[in-house]
Amino acid sequence: MKVLVWAEHEQGALKDATLSAVTAAAGLGAVDVLVAGDSAGSVGAQAAQIAGVEKVLVAGDAAYAHGLPENVAPLVVALMAGYDAFVAPATTTGKNIAPRVAALLDVAQISEILSVEGPKTFTRPIYAGNAIATVESSDAKLVITVRGTAFAKAAREGGSAAVETVAGTGEAGLSSFVGAEIAQSERPELTSAKVIVSGGRALKDSETFAATILPLADKLKAAVGASRAAVDAGYVSNDHQVGQTGKIVAPEVYIAVGISGAIQHLAGMKDSKTIIAINKDEDAPIFQIADIGLVADLYSAVPDLVARV
Amino acid sequence: MKILVPVKRVLDYNVKPRVKADGSGVDLANVKMSINPFDEIAVEEAVRLKEKGIASEVVVVSIGGAKSSETLRSALAMGADRAIHVLSESEVEPLAVAKILKGVAGEEAPDLVILGKQAIDDDSNQVGQMLAALIGRPQGTFASKVEVEGDAVLVTREVDGGLETVKLALPAVVTTDLRLNEPRYASLPNIMKAKSKPLSTKAPADYGVDTAARLTVLKVVEPAVRQAGVKVPDVEALVEKLKELGVA
Repeated sequence: MKVLVWAEHEQGALKDATLSAVTAAAGLGAVDVLVAGDSAGSVGAQAAQIAGVEKVLVAGDAAYAHGLPENVAPLVVALMAGYDAFVAPATTTGKNIAPRVAALLDVAQISEILSVEGPKTFTRPIYAGNAIATVESSDAKLVITVRGTAFAKAAREGGSAAVETVAGTGEAGLSSFVGAEIAQSERPELTSAKVIVSGGRALKDSETFAATILPLADKLKAAVGASRAAVDAGYVSNDHQVGQTGKIVAPEVYIAVGISGAIQHLAGMKDSKTIIAINKDEDAPIFQIADIGLVADLYSAVPDLVARV
Repeated sequence: MKILVPVKRVLDYNVKPRVKADGSGVDLANVKMSINPFDEIAVEEAVRLKEKGIASEVVVVSIGGAKSSETLRSALAMGADRAIHVLSESEVEPLAVAKILKGVAGEEAPDLVILGKQAIDDDSNQVGQMLAALIGRPQGTFASKVEVEGDAVLVTREVDGGLETVKLALPAVVTTDLRLNEPRYASLPNIMKAKSKPLSTKAPADYGVDTAARLTVLKVVEPAVRQAGVKVPDVEALVEKLKELGVA
């Protein structure tokens, strides 16, 4: 089987989500990677280093700069003439593009796979991860998005793929990029961080959230997460949200501070290796899945913790 | 402008899904069903655009079993004008849903289609994008803000890094994220009024769509259960644990 993987990249750097998608794709067959964008060349060189990649296709065109699906999907569809499967990471970009590709190819998409069980058989979460379905495709070609936390990352080095330039399909003339408010942070990114400190509704307001959670995150070199309640209440911006409708994370250590453990939050972090919960309510559902729990008032416990680590 | 809002009837989000003992799926017998929360946000957004005088008509459409008409009535009670029920007792996959919606869009010629980014049952997150592809129009997914500007719509999207704004030529498809709005509760008079609003019933065949499944569900199981661990007595003990884990 020949598989084309969508490369997720930002500001000239290949993102980790791509590496998990490569691992998932390698379970199906020979892996080529498509890098589309205005600075696709340097990212293409990075993609060529990924272990296990046979060929990198580079589509360097300003039309692909912001991953607009109206422009990108026709490119992927044209390339799919030579492939059996299209695999994208289940990032907001991948989720935006892949179904558009699937519809144009007239195939069903298999969303957020957790494992490859056979050439056309996959597991995927349904009902916010409350059930896991095993599904088999009957389509001639596959379109798949990959949940990054469910697959190991392919090594960034060791590969020596050929790099090939492909012609673009140009502007569709349907959409344009206006602007972005992308959070700039020195901290590690949520989806690839080894340690995450997350805050919930108990943090009261944005000042308290910042004064309580950030010092601990700084000390532990951790990424900062938040529950949906904390984001809805405006304590932090949406890109921090961990949960079913936010980001799905699986760090080495996840520290939940003042988070009760609503089902949709647990859906986003329950695959973390070690879960630590700090909450003053000893009956909070978060303690049912935490490996280490501390029943304490976070306003005294967290500063104390910061002072001791 | 006319707005089309596709809605889906799903297991109520407050109900904990139970996997059937035979592994064939999730038990939906005798459980509370509701409008998919993301679709409810879509209805609210469309009704607000009508209240602002930007939209002239809001048409809701649902593809599903007989009881999907209840979901359509709840959308009518929120302020939609008219409903179309595409009756199908068997499950319809996202691609076939998108094809039916293409047929509906062909007849209704909406300027804007607003729908939820995903249904909370199958969590596919596909229909909006697929519909946009099939009708050859732009898409604004995961919207947290929608502003109609002449013959275009500005959509602010919730993306992994933060927010992104795109400008789409109308007609366009918009899928909603959680923070787009807070849907209203329908008032009793509006619930009564909704009962007499027009609701037409169609079949997938009316749009020439084959709803045969492309995916076979081989089994559905409960996820692995995570066991609760230990409670530590104080911060000092927690610091010890963090040191053992190598993070402190």
